[in-house]
Amino acid sequence: MCIMAENISTRVAYGRALAEFGDDQNIVVIDADLATSTMSYMFRDKYPERFFNAGVAEANMVCMGAGFATTGKTVFVNSFAVFSTGRAFDQIRTSVVYPHLNVKVVGTHAGVSVGEDGPTHQCLEDIGTMRTLPGMVVVCPCDGTETREAVRAIIDYNGPVYLRLGRAAVEDLTSTLPGYKFTLGKGTLLKNGSDVTIIATGLMVQEAMKAADKLSGKVNVRVIDMHTIKPIDKEMIISAAKETGAIITAEEHNIIGGLGSAVAEVLVENCPVPMMRVGMNDEFGKSGKAAALMVKYGFTADNLCEKVEEILKRK
Amino acid sequence: MDIKRKNELMLTAAKLRKEALDMVYTAKSGHIGGALSAADIITVLVFEKMRTDPKNPLWEDRDRLVLSKGHASPLFYAALAYKGFFPIGDLKTFRHVDSYLSGHVEMRHVPGVDMSSGSLGQGLSVGLGMALSAKLSGKNYRTFVITGDGELQEGQNWEAAMAAAYYKADNLTVIVDRNHLQLEGPIEEVMGMGSIPDKFRAFGFEVIEIDGHDICAISDAVDKASSIKGRPTVIIAETVKGKGVSFMENNPKFHGAAPNDEQYQIGAEELDKMIRELNANI
Repeated sequence: MCIMAENISTRVAYGRALAEFGDDQNIVVIDADLATSTMSYMFRDKYPERFFNAGVAEANMVCMGAGFATTGKTVFVNSFAVFSTGRAFDQIRTSVVYPHLNVKVVGTHAGVSVGEDGPTHQCLEDIGTMRTLPGMVVVCPCDGTETREAVRAIIDYNGPVYLRLGRAAVEDLTSTLPGYKFTLGKGTLLKNGSDVTIIATGLMVQEAMKAADKLSGKVNVRVIDMHTIKPIDKEMIISAAKETGAIITAEEHNIIGGLGSAVAEVLVENCPVPMMRVGMNDEFGKSGKAAALMVKYGFTADNLCEKVEEILKRK
Repeated sequence: MDIKRKNELMLTAAKLRKEALDMVYTAKSGHIGGALSAADIITVLVFEKMRTDPKNPLWEDRDRLVLSKGHASPLFYAALAYKGFFPIGDLKTFRHVDSYLSGHVEMRHVPGVDMSSGSLGQGLSVGLGMALSAKLSGKNYRTFVITGDGELQEGQNWEAAMAAAYYKADNLTVIVDRNHLQLEGPIEEVMGMGSIPDKFRAFGFEVIEIDGHDICAISDAVDKASSIKGRPTVIIAETVKGKGVSFMENNPKFHGAAPNDEQYQIGAEELDKMIRELNANI
């Protein structure tokens, strides 16, 4: 594990991890003409014989991957999240998840932090669509270190996985977390707290930590990095509800269907407490600088602080 | 192929046709038309050409078959059962809620099925992945994909075709069950497809056109395909939907509708008669 971790994007961390672990002869990587954006090119350059380009043809890419997987390969299929999960949804459903094949579907450039390319490239529904597939594992790491650990765990796990990654560089939090260990299906407690819990995924984990920091002294915020949205860490959610009494979820995703919905499902059946979902309010994004879009749509620590103040009134 | 062997395979095909009819009738559900049109193709592949081991369905070096038109399951299940992958007696449970024999083939539940299918247009891509994996691992197994012709309306097939030629997948053999019908009726009345051979040629395939009910022609085409290097092969098999049962032949109604009692009686008698006659030739 890195000790001096750079603040890199999760997609770059992914590319490096693929290259690092790629000496495993079973690994096959397929991309759809986006290898220099998804960073799968890092594997391609090291192990070109096990890299295949499908061109701009995501449906074929996913099913080719399934074909490789039937012969015992560990396959990574790559594109932007909108395209890998969107264009090839039926292919993922029918040829990967339903027969439970060892294909890892990678969706990079998730969320509005994609920036200027605009709504057609900003995926806000992938956590939702992927988690409705029975047997699919859904992972969204928050930083470079966590991404490397996630890739390792995903390679060791035999079965379909959706790995959600971002375009923008993010602060590395987990490399300096004492005792940090990545386990599929178990949330990471980044900061303990007693007044309210923010359960976040992806880059909203960094915003949640900043919000907790801003509020320190006034409100004692617990921050959970929920990197695995499916299977979700029910126990950690229920404990947080029981021990802090209020939950805010935060994700770069529609508030319908993603982490927020998954957490709400657990709470409402086990321990209903005041809850708020922070995310995209069921609208498409816009073309603009990533930083401006984050502010425009409330993907900020400041917005989280406001939501904390609001929810405390409901306790 | 010698006459004796040809007659044996013709008899097998007839028996499989009868099994498929029985299965769909018993279940009162299933796609009999497209199962009957593929009967001879499946018979030649399973009983004459493909190296498989019913005692070891997951044998690493086996030849693969992707039934992309997964609804032809009745015929394929019958073939696998007769080959010894699972008990023939289980065929009558087809489509039953407690059965492992689903309406569309499933790889995790049925020994001998190399890939699950049912959503059309995905099998060619899957087969390509299997074929490229063989090349990657230095293995000699062949990969066959059976598609329908209406199925080729799905664009993904052409993504796969483009890639198959680009990757020189000469160990991939596609067989199109060209029965000229789709669910709603004749292909030309639903979505006319132009020349399928020309399309495959344009995509870089070796194209072989045959009578899809001629056992020898199917066998020869499969052999020829294995000799083609540097590009994939497609065998366009001219077939009749419902072949073997007079009132089902070329009848769009029997795409996905099961025969009623009266229809079943007539069909069963026709197929039994065919089996008796072919038996006499053995």
